[in-house]
Amino acid sequence: PGAAASAMNCRAEVLEVSVEGRQVEEAILAVLHTVLLHRSTGKFHYKKEGTYSIGTVGTQDVDCDFIDFAYVRVSSEELDRALRKAVGEFKDALRSSGSDGMGQISLEFYQKKKSRWPFSDECIPWELWTIKVNVVNLANEQERQICREKVGEKLCEKIINIVEVMNRHEYLPKMPTQSEVDNVFDTSLKDVQPYLYKISYQITDSLGTSVTTTMRRLIKDTLAL
Amino acid sequence: AMDSDLSSQDRKDLDKFIKFFALKTVQVIVQARLGEKICTRSSSSPTGSDWFNLAIKDIPEVTHEAKKALAGQLPAVGHSMCVEISLKTSEGDSMELEIWCLEMNEKCDKEIKVSYTVYNRLSLLLKSLLAITRVTPAYRLSRKQGHEYVILYRIYFGEVQLSGLGEGFQTVRVGTVGTPVGTITLSCAYRINLAFMSTRQFERTPPILGIIIDHFVDRPYPSSSPMHPCNYRAGEDNGAVYPSVEDSQEACTTSFSTSPPSQCVFTVTKAHFQTPSPVVTDTLKVPVMGLAFSHQLSSSRLSCQPATLAVGSADMGYPVLFAGGLNAAHPHQLIGPGKEGGVPPMTSQPAHGTQADQERMCTPLDGVHYSAATPSSEDTETISNSSEGKCGSPHDFLEAICVRKVGAFVNKPINQVTMANLDIPFAMFAPKNVELEDTNPMVNPPDSPETESPLQGSLHSECSSDSSTGNTHDDFVMIDFKPAFSKDDILPMDLGTFYREFQNPPQLSSLSIDIGAQSMAEDLDSLPEKLAVHEKNVKEFDAFVETLQ
Repeated sequence: PGAAASAMNCRAEVLEVSVEGRQVEEAILAVLHTVLLHRSTGKFHYKKEGTYSIGTVGTQDVDCDFIDFAYVRVSSEELDRALRKAVGEFKDALRSSGSDGMGQISLEFYQKKKSRWPFSDECIPWELWTIKVNVVNLANEQERQICREKVGEKLCEKIINIVEVMNRHEYLPKMPTQSEVDNVFDTSLKDVQPYLYKISYQITDSLGTSVTTTMRRLIKDTLAL
Repeated sequence: AMDSDLSSQDRKDLDKFIKFFALKTVQVIVQARLGEKICTRSSSSPTGSDWFNLAIKDIPEVTHEAKKALAGQLPAVGHSMCVEISLKTSEGDSMELEIWCLEMNEKCDKEIKVSYTVYNRLSLLLKSLLAITRVTPAYRLSRKQGHEYVILYRIYFGEVQLSGLGEGFQTVRVGTVGTPVGTITLSCAYRINLAFMSTRQFERTPPILGIIIDHFVDRPYPSSSPMHPCNYRAGEDNGAVYPSVEDSQEACTTSFSTSPPSQCVFTVTKAHFQTPSPVVTDTLKVPVMGLAFSHQLSSSRLSCQPATLAVGSADMGYPVLFAGGLNAAHPHQLIGPGKEGGVPPMTSQPAHGTQADQERMCTPLDGVHYSAATPSSEDTETISNSSEGKCGSPHDFLEAICVRKVGAFVNKPINQVTMANLDIPFAMFAPKNVELEDTNPMVNPPDSPETESPLQGSLHSECSSDSSTGNTHDDFVMIDFKPAFSKDDILPMDLGTFYREFQNPPQLSSLSIDIGAQSMAEDLDSLPEKLAVHEKNVKEFDAFVETLQ
């Protein structure tokens, strides 16, 4: 997906984290939620004459249990659940792969382009975030304590990096008409509206090649075709 | 000429956006330093009152302060809006931690659509601000505030003043938004030389000896309801009523048009919206001391507790000298003292006021904390000047502290009281002065002679056994003891006297090393003799044993 993304002129960012096993989920969620905070709007309500109004996005603080770190996420239980599910699958795959504990999880924002029958709709990515995860094993409690702090500091840097990218105000899909909105946004959630996204991951074996590529589509309607 | 491309409607909208962006920026920053987790709900139906499509509550007092600072102006070139975040200890020392700057530069983007792109980008910038406010060092400090220190904010308008942040401060950019009249930039400059160490100190360093003043020392009833939930509306109860933000003209309903895609319709309606005043509950957390004594001393005004704010870490080679120790600002009291007895009310205007020259507490604490601790001598200069070395009369200031700390129960003169370095305003952040304690007879008493006096001997006895760290070096020293619930006149010997007499019983002679060693040697020497005697009497022993069977 990386190669395809750059060919399509999609912006790609890579973040790397080295964490202890129990920190994997929190670290990834912190990054994903921070990105989605910037890539979600309120629900659109289309009115006549082509105007629309936008709902309100609430936010909330999340404290990490295994990392000295806190982040802000969008107040949407549905979105949180969806992310946790994906991250949980990634973590399980990491654990069961028997690899050295290396893998990457990607968050891709895309637009749908309708094609005529018999061709299926195209998904055109416009932004790709890849988190490379390296799981470390620590020997004692003192090391774990240091790791809590260090990973917390590293995540602070990641948040600053993400915000920097967001601030570039580079390509964003045009605001869609009512008929086009599902090609740009995920309108399935009841309280917020993120841009269409999908999460996928790869586990790297000790030779550095990816042995498992799993695509998980979190958008229901894209499976129809 | 610059504005000729901008329609008057666009100009009006833009000004309004910038104004509310500034107000929301202040809310986000202050709320992020309250010490609590913030949570707002998403709402799929627009309520018409949520600027930038984000649910950000408006604390009325904060909006009031921001409007006062702006005084009807907008951030422009050379006129920035700054939110200063500082830390103030229970002893009255304060230190700047961060300056958040909302600035405007001259780079204009004429092509940009005001009512659409600028608005959405401002919304994005606020989201970035939400994220960034959690990753600077002051966030973690603010989550731990309460007993030893609080976090304060101050808003000012004009030139940015960063000199109070100490050397080597770092900056982080939150973001920029181009507009037809200039580019809005939002950034944060933050102190690094203390904040980093402090977050570690609070968690891991063993407690040092320190005397924490009960915050309510001036109150006649110190033990009655020391904490109560705080409410930002308390200002109204006190007589000062803050005008509600929701003037009808301030409402905004955003409506966007997508047909044709390039056109946007933005309508502002005069809707009445209600921003509920948030009820912020008290977040004072009494640090868990793990000592039995902290309860017994609750009736006294002096609390002898090891300070969890510690130093003692070998990493710090030098005391942190604070540059801006005596700011002119008075912390503004959110809670009027009228409900409690005997507390002198704080003046809400400093004697030398410059615009917006007041500090506001970020935490909804009982405001009486600082009425006693505020130094009487004021450094009237602004932040930039107060960075020059020491401030105003440090000795008066410290004397005030010392007198207060020594209090009613200490018989020692001031200079012998065991305390972290007296010369440093941030005593609790300074490295522990080990020599001071070692030479102090109260900490390291002379070896106990082998007499029966119960009061002789180490005072460490029971204290150290309860110490949560078991670190004998940092033992707890009791200056005086007033047990709760004991009265002097009922018994000839009251509980306190009983306690004092019997808390240090003399050692059993058989356990003292010298005597023990001596007798052991004697025992060994006399063994053969004793054995011989017993062998002689073996028949008697056998007979005795038979009677037992």
